[in-house]
Amino acid sequence: MGITGNTFTRRGFGAMLAAGLLVTGLGACANSDTGGDAGTGGDDKLVLGFSQVGAESGWRTANTTSVKEAAAEAGIELKFDDAQQKQENQIKAIRNFIQQKVDVIAFSPVVESGWDTVLKEAKDAGIPVILTDRAVDSADKSLYKTFLGSDFVKEGRLAGEWLVEETKSATGPVNIVELQGTTGSAPANDRKKGFGEAIAANPNLKIIASQSGDFTRAGGKAVMEQFLKANPKIDVLFAHNDDMGLGALEAITAAGKVPGKDIKIITVDAVKDGMQALADGKFNFIAECSPLLGPQLMDLAKKVHAGEEVPPRIETEETTFTQQTAKEALPTRKY
Amino acid sequence: MGSWRRGLPAVTGHRLFWPVVVLVLLLAANVVYRPSFLAVEVKNGHLYGSLVDIVRLSAPLILVALGMTLVIATGGIDLSVGSVVAVSGAMACLHISRQPDQNNLGGVLVALAMAVGIALLLGIWNGTLVAVIGIQPIIATLILMVAGRGLAQLITSGQIITVNSDPYRMIGVGHVLTLPFAIVLALAVTLLVAVLTRRTALGMIIEAVGGNSEASRLAGIRARRIKLLVYVVSAVCAAVAGFMMTANVSSADGNAAGLWVELDAILAVVIGGTSLAGGRFYLGGTVVGALLIQTLTTSVYAMNIDPQTALLFKAMVVIAVCLIQAPAFRAKFWRRRTSAGSPAAPAGEQRKEQVAA
Repeated sequence: MGITGNTFTRRGFGAMLAAGLLVTGLGACANSDTGGDAGTGGDDKLVLGFSQVGAESGWRTANTTSVKEAAAEAGIELKFDDAQQKQENQIKAIRNFIQQKVDVIAFSPVVESGWDTVLKEAKDAGIPVILTDRAVDSADKSLYKTFLGSDFVKEGRLAGEWLVEETKSATGPVNIVELQGTTGSAPANDRKKGFGEAIAANPNLKIIASQSGDFTRAGGKAVMEQFLKANPKIDVLFAHNDDMGLGALEAITAAGKVPGKDIKIITVDAVKDGMQALADGKFNFIAECSPLLGPQLMDLAKKVHAGEEVPPRIETEETTFTQQTAKEALPTRKY
Repeated sequence: MGSWRRGLPAVTGHRLFWPVVVLVLLLAANVVYRPSFLAVEVKNGHLYGSLVDIVRLSAPLILVALGMTLVIATGGIDLSVGSVVAVSGAMACLHISRQPDQNNLGGVLVALAMAVGIALLLGIWNGTLVAVIGIQPIIATLILMVAGRGLAQLITSGQIITVNSDPYRMIGVGHVLTLPFAIVLALAVTLLVAVLTRRTALGMIIEAVGGNSEASRLAGIRARRIKLLVYVVSAVCAAVAGFMMTANVSSADGNAAGLWVELDAILAVVIGGTSLAGGRFYLGGTVVGALLIQTLTTSVYAMNIDPQTALLFKAMVVIAVCLIQAPAFRAKFWRRRTSAGSPAAPAGEQRKEQVAA
């Protein structure tokens, strides 16, 4: 046993080394497009370093495409980095950008905290930073120029206001079930808050059950199946994103009810499949959470580079969709 | 009376006694919360109710856990099953979504075959790393756990692929003879594995490899080949589970499909009484373990437990199951209960010594 045990350990060690190399190799690949030429010398093209969260959803991919296209259009040289949902990758990328002396740094923080040191480094190097889509919780607001992104509370409120308008003639109680996003995430907390505030206007509107569906279709379906069994009368479903709403659709159909009629469905996001469901009459209302912030970001980058004053918080241009407007908008949607 | 007393330890001492007790308690708690919880009605020609949901949703976990049981029996572990679920689901959905007619059975079968083919390759990859190259299983399968998720996202280009195919939906939400097709399929695979391992020498050989790989090799068992085999079986089981999960929602999400299912599967195996150290394995126990885990998840939704406390609730139930299942803990507990001046105390002492030995 002793001898074999020993060889096993040694083999295991070699394997671990190999695995380690593999992982570092992958990391190197991921970072490779930020490396290379510093690119700042010579022409006076504005250089923007952008660190993306990752490619975890259709929304995020549309976000990436929007940034890339807008940069090309605005004549801005984009250094793009994919952090693969890891903060350490993102910090590394930002340090890379600082070394390369880019003109402006923009990034979507993977998490809210732990950015002070690296943002300080950027500030000391005189490079302005723009946050996109997600905020950071730094106490020192001078570490970044501005935040460009969606107002999740407003999205929830828009959804709630539509419902209040829709049910103002209802005399009896209106039973609402809610599918929350990932527990503790900013969009879940804020959308819940905004929706709750808006429906408080009508005491007939009651949330009778609220559960996390983790922003996924499978989660939305599994939760809705139980909601339907536990509550004989559900009038409205509010889902924090389209995907959970799409999963819930299946559960509602399987229970022999007609989505959009027996149970009204309100969601947030407006991704393609969600818009299709809305146009097909299965959803009733979507508050948009737009990933297409590329053009606004490029404008901002030019402004902060020129030293212009910008507001500390800028909202993405967003709208809402009903079944009618969804039909009209669907053919030209980018994502 | 005498036979009853002798029979009681036989029942309470069975390794599945406590998991089943907890399962029944969970169901009872649900009934207290909502008396109609156990009600099963016939809707559109098939069974409908929370119990049916539990059984249907536990089907993929049963499959993954079955493969995991065999891997663990050889003293290994397979962390990559969740990624294999994502890869196979993504592959099948991608192929189906590219068909001109998604309802064409032939196209769906080709998609399934392609996905199973990839799973076979992934299983061989895991098995080769473990059995031939000799990497520790936890490291070897960790590689695919990370890389497989990336592969799944590569296949789906980071998007959620939606399919609209009735034959494919059948795997996840279809019914045969009023029963969910998924659970029928899972039970069929369970029976197949049980027959192959328990009606032939295969099960004993697997246990021998897990008990002592070197000794089994010296006894003439091709330990390497057996190890390679169990990783391939595990990957194929995960692939079929991947079909069920993606068919359930008619879409493949490379990022979320099968996320953390490896942990649930390992838990199901452990609750079922199979030791992580390898050796003896219990397929029936694994099935009970998987049902228990799914019941727990569904209970959280059915009883509308606040999402902020849901994880804690789950963890506490799992800890309770593991503790009362551990002979050492039970011995201590019983001794304290019975040592109140009763003659049973020495027996408790003896049992504890046995465990310690």
